[in-house]
Amino acid sequence: MIKKFLDKVRPNFEEGGKLKSFRSVFEGIETFLLVPNATSKIGVSIHDAIDSKRIMSFVVIALLPALFFGMYNIGYWNYQSAGVAAGFWEMFIYGFLVMLPKIVVSYVVGLGIEFIVAQWKHEEIQEGYLVTGLLIPMVVPVGCPLWMLAIAVAFSVILAKEIYGGTGMNIFNPALVARAFLFFAYPSKMSGDAVWVSKDPIFGLGNTLPDGFTMATPLSQSGSGVEVTTSFSDMVTGLMPGSIGETSVIAIAIGAVILLWTKIASWRTMLSVFVGGAVVGFLFNVSGLDSDIAQLPWYEHLVLGGFCFGAVFMATDPVTSARTKNGKYVYGFLIGALAITIRVLNPGYPEGMMLAILFMNMFAPLIDYCFVQRNISKRARRAKLQ
Amino acid sequence: MSQLFSNANKQVFMAPLNLDHPILIQVLGICSALAVTAQLEPAIVMGLSVTVITAFSNVIISLIRKTIPNRIRIIIQLVVVAALVTIVSMILKAFAYDVSVKLSVYVGLIITNCILMGRLEAFAMMNGPWESFLDGVGNGLGYAYILVIIGAVREFFGAGTLLGITIIPQSAYDAGYVNNGMMTMPAMAMILLGCVIWAHRAINKEGTK
Repeated sequence: MIKKFLDKVRPNFEEGGKLKSFRSVFEGIETFLLVPNATSKIGVSIHDAIDSKRIMSFVVIALLPALFFGMYNIGYWNYQSAGVAAGFWEMFIYGFLVMLPKIVVSYVVGLGIEFIVAQWKHEEIQEGYLVTGLLIPMVVPVGCPLWMLAIAVAFSVILAKEIYGGTGMNIFNPALVARAFLFFAYPSKMSGDAVWVSKDPIFGLGNTLPDGFTMATPLSQSGSGVEVTTSFSDMVTGLMPGSIGETSVIAIAIGAVILLWTKIASWRTMLSVFVGGAVVGFLFNVSGLDSDIAQLPWYEHLVLGGFCFGAVFMATDPVTSARTKNGKYVYGFLIGALAITIRVLNPGYPEGMMLAILFMNMFAPLIDYCFVQRNISKRARRAKLQ
Repeated sequence: MSQLFSNANKQVFMAPLNLDHPILIQVLGICSALAVTAQLEPAIVMGLSVTVITAFSNVIISLIRKTIPNRIRIIIQLVVVAALVTIVSMILKAFAYDVSVKLSVYVGLIITNCILMGRLEAFAMMNGPWESFLDGVGNGLGYAYILVIIGAVREFFGAGTLLGITIIPQSAYDAGYVNNGMMTMPAMAMILLGCVIWAHRAINKEGTK
């Protein structure tokens, strides 16, 4: 059994040289996990014309700026809250050490399940989890325990992906399903004010903070009617408490440029998400609704919370988004609009982006259907005229 | 006596427990299965109530099946079921008040349970009282054991208890274990039910339709 397993894996390891440049970016164990996964022969070719392996590696590269900033941000808030001065590298390495177990857990559990399923169904392992596995640790707060992460990963890989037929067949974005699962199952560890700052030292780095230490995100401050203490420039650079990968607009923008330049993500979806968010945010600004979050300027709405991250990395997921050109405009616009609406009108869910994207994932096939049907009837009419 | 427990009758009783299961195969009675299974105790009581009502309404309808005019048979079935539901509801209020409060409106809603109407229409209207009784008990128990499975899983993971008795020790909570809030939501009941159906179909791949 083990020999069979090794024989199966060995050629993959040899072929893995393709990702050599990529290897240096990641370290040790991640690479180990990436390589066997990156060489499957079939993939999501039903939906994507480009080799899915290349897509996945580009998305991971696009995620790296946000990931690295997230690591720095973890360290920054730990040292900041403890009132200890520290250099850039200390903060970064501390954040890296906090982050590493989460990424490892996510990949081990997710790939483990993928591997079992692949073996069971006698299929090649699909590389779809490569991106999801990195996304999941990036969309949770830093205070989320590892075992919860593992359960959420298992839940989303089995129930959001494998039962639909694996990579490329899923209706919902698995990373968001994992987050939604955590959000509803363990609200005390996913929202509130106590989970946004890492509290324990690792290998002598970092500081111990008291258990009761809390730090509100700008969004939850706004939602609960407290004055927002984060300046706009901090919101853009990302020096604010929040889920690990989602805080820095600049880092996400770099990722967005990579995704757009390689034509993996659709600019239509991305643009229309921001337009949708801006329009609805602006409408709430002028509507005279008397709550802090409704009066939060529309441009701040766009840079706070998971809005940017969701717009760039989640909404544009080629598998779960709408596929017709016009459908992408509608799909993106509704995501942006819904996200801001949920934020403003439901104080219980300061983060509307997750729910909005999941909701629109569900409607993407319907949107596509409408546009395809419209096109068919338009052509039929044209044919009749002639 | 031997006729009472003939093979055909055994089949009538056993089929709804497995291969002709009302929830797993026919996918009936889902609404109440999702609504009352947040805890084990109401799930058990609900399962038993449905068993009793299905069995006796089956018997009554089967006894009078020849005199029921075809055109108004649904109304008559409803009257019989409603009468039985009212009796059960009163008994629950008298002897198990806490549970009946937890079940609230769902005891009354047994009247509209698809399993009941389905069995009355499909079985009791064309079979004798004894077969109908067995069929009712079988279907009720089939419904009940799914409710118990889902109720137990949901209560265990959602609240760390079974029948109100704490199972997960305090030390686990101290070590960082947190109850899964999603288990207490109906959405998770549906996912669990889906998993149970999944498992059941996987086991019974051969031999079914």
